[in-house]
Amino acid sequence: MNFIENWGKYFLFLYNMVRNKEPLRVYPPLIIDEMVKIGTNSLVIVAIVSSFIGAVTAIQTADNLVSPLVPLSVIGTICRDMNLLELAPTFTCVVLAGKVGSNLAGEIGSMRITEQIDAIDVMGINSTSFLILPKMVAACIMIPVLCILSAFLGLMGGYLVALLGDVMTPNDYVNGLRNGFRVFNVYFALIKSVVFAFLIASIASYKGYYTYGGALEIGQASTKAVTNAVIGILVADLVLAQVLI
Amino acid sequence: MIEIVNIKKSFGDKQVLAGISGRFEDSHNSLIIGASGTGKSVLLKCIVGLITPDEGDVFFDGRSLYNSSAREVKKIRREMGMLFQGGALFDSKTVAENVRFPLDMLQNEMALSEKNDRVLHSLERVGLENAAQKMPSEISGGMKKRVGIARAIVMNPKYLFCDEPNSGLDPMTAIRIDELISEITDDYKMTTVVVTHDMNSVMGIGEYVMFLYNGLKEWEGDSQSILHAESKALREFVFASKIMEKLIHKE
Repeated sequence: MNFIENWGKYFLFLYNMVRNKEPLRVYPPLIIDEMVKIGTNSLVIVAIVSSFIGAVTAIQTADNLVSPLVPLSVIGTICRDMNLLELAPTFTCVVLAGKVGSNLAGEIGSMRITEQIDAIDVMGINSTSFLILPKMVAACIMIPVLCILSAFLGLMGGYLVALLGDVMTPNDYVNGLRNGFRVFNVYFALIKSVVFAFLIASIASYKGYYTYGGALEIGQASTKAVTNAVIGILVADLVLAQVLI
Repeated sequence: MIEIVNIKKSFGDKQVLAGISGRFEDSHNSLIIGASGTGKSVLLKCIVGLITPDEGDVFFDGRSLYNSSAREVKKIRREMGMLFQGGALFDSKTVAENVRFPLDMLQNEMALSEKNDRVLHSLERVGLENAAQKMPSEISGGMKKRVGIARAIVMNPKYLFCDEPNSGLDPMTAIRIDELISEITDDYKMTTVVVTHDMNSVMGIGEYVMFLYNGLKEWEGDSQSILHAESKALREFVFASKIMEKLIHKE
């Protein structure tokens, strides 16, 4: 029963966000502010994780393809598809669920505990629309951008392995990247990242918005936000793969 | 005038408000008092619409809060100002930005210079014109409450609500906050409702006092008659303070 209630509350929360919106002039500065918080402030972590994962993927793929029958360019092809289809959108979003999700839940949760959300409501302002909508829009814009960056840096990580290591030549790697490239894979990655961004922002905001108690509950809300967002991402990943591929 | 009619509210099995009615007159300081856990803050949140009661309604000059269109409710809410227990200031904004927030959100056509004048005037009214550029983390608890009052009055509201304005303050600052609320009520001709359990506030500014006990209105009257009230629960509450005991013996 609690499970169904929570789903109902979640959808009502989303409905309230788009109902009785504030005047449109209010949103652009808020969205830009959130884009900086969600996007720019996540650049370093995304860059580090993606380059290292890309490099490790290249090394491990090369290690598993030691055969005179398999051309070395296949390593590049496998790295490309892994990066585009899974590592850049899914892995990056799992990392962002931890970084952005906990941040959003903590921020909104502490606003709830300190009655700042009540203060907004008393003024006759729709607090869900004013606080959450800009975060959702900003996440849906910036997380796909971060995923594109992640894919690029992941492939660059593999290129560095080819350049500095002795498993293949950079030429082999680049040939592999070009071989049988499907543009649809890029669209697929972008669709996934938008869906994941929506899940991260909405689940984290929902958990924060319905925080009651004190500092302990804010911590619990952040933890739940991250775990639920990660589960949401993995389930959506499976569904999207089944539906779109 | 604010009229509350048969407000009932339960949380799970626990009934917090068991049918409370009353009337808060214009230009008066009305106080809701009672021991901790008697539902004072819940009643106040039902009055402003932050908690929806299970039964009952609240009328602001005859306009229902719970049986009106969303547009009408929004209009009523924009005539309210509220001071929260901790001030509820936005951490990321300066004092001036906090006070200007309702104007930025709700007064689209107002020029920035006029908004700034209104902010300055509100801050002067609470004696904080020099703290305009400070962050909430840089000011004391008493100052936060005064900023909260400044933010509540910047829109010239018809109704002012204060949730335990004195909690966590030293006696001197508490008296100053009470005086400020009383002065503002007179100056702006507002209908003010204060939730408190501080007897100094009751005796200082209480023109109408509603005493809650076990989720019901146990007693109502003015602050002078409270000392001679016959309700046992009210007498226990009032004379829990040694000062009040001395005061009545003196009389």
